[in-house]
Amino acid sequence: MSILPAGEIRKTLLDDRLQTAIYGSTGRLVGKRRESIDDPVAAEFEAWRTHANAIKRHTIENLDYYLEELERNIVKRGGKVVWCKDAEEAAEFVRRLCREKGVRRIVKSKSMTTEEVELNHEVEKDNIDVVETDLGEYILQLAKEKPYHIVAPALHKTRYDVADIFTKTLGVERETVIEKQTMIARRVLREKFLTADLGITGANFLVAGSGAVVVVENEGNARLSSSAPRIQIAFAGMEKLIPRAQDLAVFLKILGRSATGQPLTVYTSFLSGPRRPGEIDGPEEFYLVLLDNGRTKVLQDPAKRQALYCIRCGACLNHCPVYRKIGGHNYPWVYSGPIGAILSPQFHGVTRDPWLPHASSLCGACGEVCPVKIEIPKILLELRRDIAEAKEREGEDRVQQLAFKAWAFVMTHPKLWSLALTGAPYTMPEAENGWIRSVPGFMKIGPLAGWLSQRDLPAPAPKSFRRLWKERQEGRQ
Amino acid sequence: MSKRVSLFVTCLVDQLFPKAGLAMADVLERAGYEVEFLEDQTCCGQPAFNSGYWGEARQVANHFLEVFEHTSGPIVVASGSCTSMISHHYGDIYRDDPAVLERVHRLESRVFEFSRFLLDVAGADEFGARFEHTVTYHDSCHALRELGVKHGPRRLLSKVRGLTLKEMDAAEECCGFGGTFSVKFDEVSGGMARTKIDSILRTGADYVCSIDSSCLMQLQGALLRGGHSVRTIHLAEVLASR
Amino acid sequence: MSRDLILSSIRSSLGRRAGQPVPARPPVLLKIPEVPLARRIGQFCEALGKLNGKSLVAKNLEEARDYVAGLVQGRRAIASNAPFLGECGITSIPGVETGFTGRMALRERCATYDIGITSASFALAETGTLVMLSSAEEPRLVSLLPPVHIAVVPTSKLLTGLDELLTLLPDPAGHTSGMAFITGPSRTADIEQFLVRGVHGPGEIHVVLV
Repeated sequence: MSILPAGEIRKTLLDDRLQTAIYGSTGRLVGKRRESIDDPVAAEFEAWRTHANAIKRHTIENLDYYLEELERNIVKRGGKVVWCKDAEEAAEFVRRLCREKGVRRIVKSKSMTTEEVELNHEVEKDNIDVVETDLGEYILQLAKEKPYHIVAPALHKTRYDVADIFTKTLGVERETVIEKQTMIARRVLREKFLTADLGITGANFLVAGSGAVVVVENEGNARLSSSAPRIQIAFAGMEKLIPRAQDLAVFLKILGRSATGQPLTVYTSFLSGPRRPGEIDGPEEFYLVLLDNGRTKVLQDPAKRQALYCIRCGACLNHCPVYRKIGGHNYPWVYSGPIGAILSPQFHGVTRDPWLPHASSLCGACGEVCPVKIEIPKILLELRRDIAEAKEREGEDRVQQLAFKAWAFVMTHPKLWSLALTGAPYTMPEAENGWIRSVPGFMKIGPLAGWLSQRDLPAPAPKSFRRLWKERQEGRQ
Repeated sequence: MSKRVSLFVTCLVDQLFPKAGLAMADVLERAGYEVEFLEDQTCCGQPAFNSGYWGEARQVANHFLEVFEHTSGPIVVASGSCTSMISHHYGDIYRDDPAVLERVHRLESRVFEFSRFLLDVAGADEFGARFEHTVTYHDSCHALRELGVKHGPRRLLSKVRGLTLKEMDAAEECCGFGGTFSVKFDEVSGGMARTKIDSILRTGADYVCSIDSSCLMQLQGALLRGGHSVRTIHLAEVLASR
Repeated sequence: MSRDLILSSIRSSLGRRAGQPVPARPPVLLKIPEVPLARRIGQFCEALGKLNGKSLVAKNLEEARDYVAGLVQGRRAIASNAPFLGECGITSIPGVETGFTGRMALRERCATYDIGITSASFALAETGTLVMLSSAEEPRLVSLLPPVHIAVVPTSKLLTGLDELLTLLPDPAGHTSGMAFITGPSRTADIEQFLVRGVHGPGEIHVVLV
């Protein structure tokens, strides 16, 4: 069971530079999204969201059917489907394939699913050179860090950080100009693309009716990873399915806009199987790794399985006031932000990180912007209930439980409540202008201490509303 | 609907910010309504619900239903989050109990957040108010996203004589209260309040206004701690000002 | 076997049986606007221009050829095997090599030459997008490896947008192992959200509509 990483969170909150980076970057993405969904597409955008939600609902509710259809079509196009029930199986498949095919170098484009599986770490055990090719991921790989954000992984790094990382790991002369840094990465990675035996990509969508994998990107590294090496593996969570290629019309329109404010990303690849007879380039072998790793568990709960509709746009992260303060590294798993808060407990069980669903003010900004209309705040509330029930069963957190029982007792006995209202002013220290700055040491515990650490506390009004109301009414007679 | 309304002042107003409740009553009377306050009212149950204690929330919700279902007119609520608790989440609490659900549906159609009541039911937006200050409006999250309250309060404020309304850039960002979140994650909550305050200060306003006392409590507490002179004020108090 | 375990687990969660058909699914949402060619051309150029891509509307094949020749000017270019490029006379521009059918030979040139020249199966006006279907005529790497990409496309291939493309091509997998949409030059903003073009794909793109 993990404990709230209070120390790490505090460090993040006190790091002014990091705060500016997180708030500024996410703020820019918020603005870009807003621009791209303004008129003239504003009304249509809402229709797209509704439609996308309906398609995802239908697909997830009939997931077995579409998985089989996908498999049939991938095989029809000459590819192979590898069903992996967990991370170990997925990693084992890749390692085995590399051994069989003599793979010495792998190029990877961005895939959160491979992060879930810790693929790089596993594959490196066999002394294979596995290289992240998305610029942000590459920088993090060199720095040995995890991604900070689903779409903008190196959000927290400055050009000076990047200069340090490149000098240290690539042995190049220190360079702080961003264009030049990008060209260094381009040069190094080009060589990797052209000498790699295997390319691994993620998948934004799996098209059942076509037997295809759809990958969207801006850099070109996913196209290169899927076109240059002789073997391609696409890694995807099983929930990425959509029924028909024509459904992409809606999904592509909402994905780019929600993520970065782009009507379309620079590149969209629609890949189905190894290269066909007559085609000159493209992989000779094509594998789709279909990952479960807990998704079947999430499916079990009809109210919460909508979390699987996620198309990984990152909009919820960008709009979440909590994410914008604590950043991506303070979440316990690879998925951060609001989507992480509802996926992690469903994958790992609510008691593993019981603080996570509570790390939200329930402001609802996430649900408001989710392109596939996942009811994130509703799921958070359901998870909080699951946690309270689990704690009750395990006899934990008895103080909080008893406190709410007592509170409910008072609130269902109006005379007690009235009494509390009358008595409350006497329990608190004198308040200047009605606000308390501090309380005596023995009172500085629990919620009171938490409140006072950040703000002044309102003193109970000398006369409650109901008393003043009585006086007001009596005064009129 | 009858010209008699029942007030649900909310536990927070009852205990900490009674002036907002009195102001609400004043404005409703000015709009031509007879106002009653049922003494047996306590709370909507939201604190327990948001913390996952749905059993305890249900007990308190039961009490709310008992107190209010025998009224016949509108029930006007001094807070957006309490209103949406009743209209959006009582359905969750009672989803396994169709009989009670029926009672909830009958009641909730009469439950209104204060600004909504004034504009949509009373059909009034002007109350002879005067408030000679610069005010910026904070969009309380539940009211904004669950009730769709956005333009109403701004319209009401625009009719107040002498009032200058200034829009802050982060109007829709959460103040950081979130109930027990404010104390369980106090540092994050405080950080959120300070970000909001930066936005408020950039407007140069003297007052920040909203329809939810919980937000105002969070912001005022943080404003005072930060040594700022900006004050918070409930919409009702602005509309009741002469 | 994992496949069976996963499928049976899914079925028990969803209350479905093996082989059970699916209920009616939401219909596809495709809307094709009525846009005359002249406006489509304008839309395409405007959309591409916003992304820093360059476009030229050529009145005839000669003008197209001249423009491309001006860009090639002393540099080495690899052209795909698209017949339209031959029709335009682009394959006879000095410095342009074409006719490669061997994977390694083609790749070697794509990796070292300055310019890649292709046609395209379609172009999309709304977004300034090129639609490339991998084939014997259009290999993948020509539009990807060289730092400059020039595409010469007949206006007859210019569609209104994605909806029209997917209406015409409901299953791209039936035609190719790799369809790519190209919308402007390669770009990244991964470092400090600062925009840089030409990370891995071409940083410079020219589309000649004929």
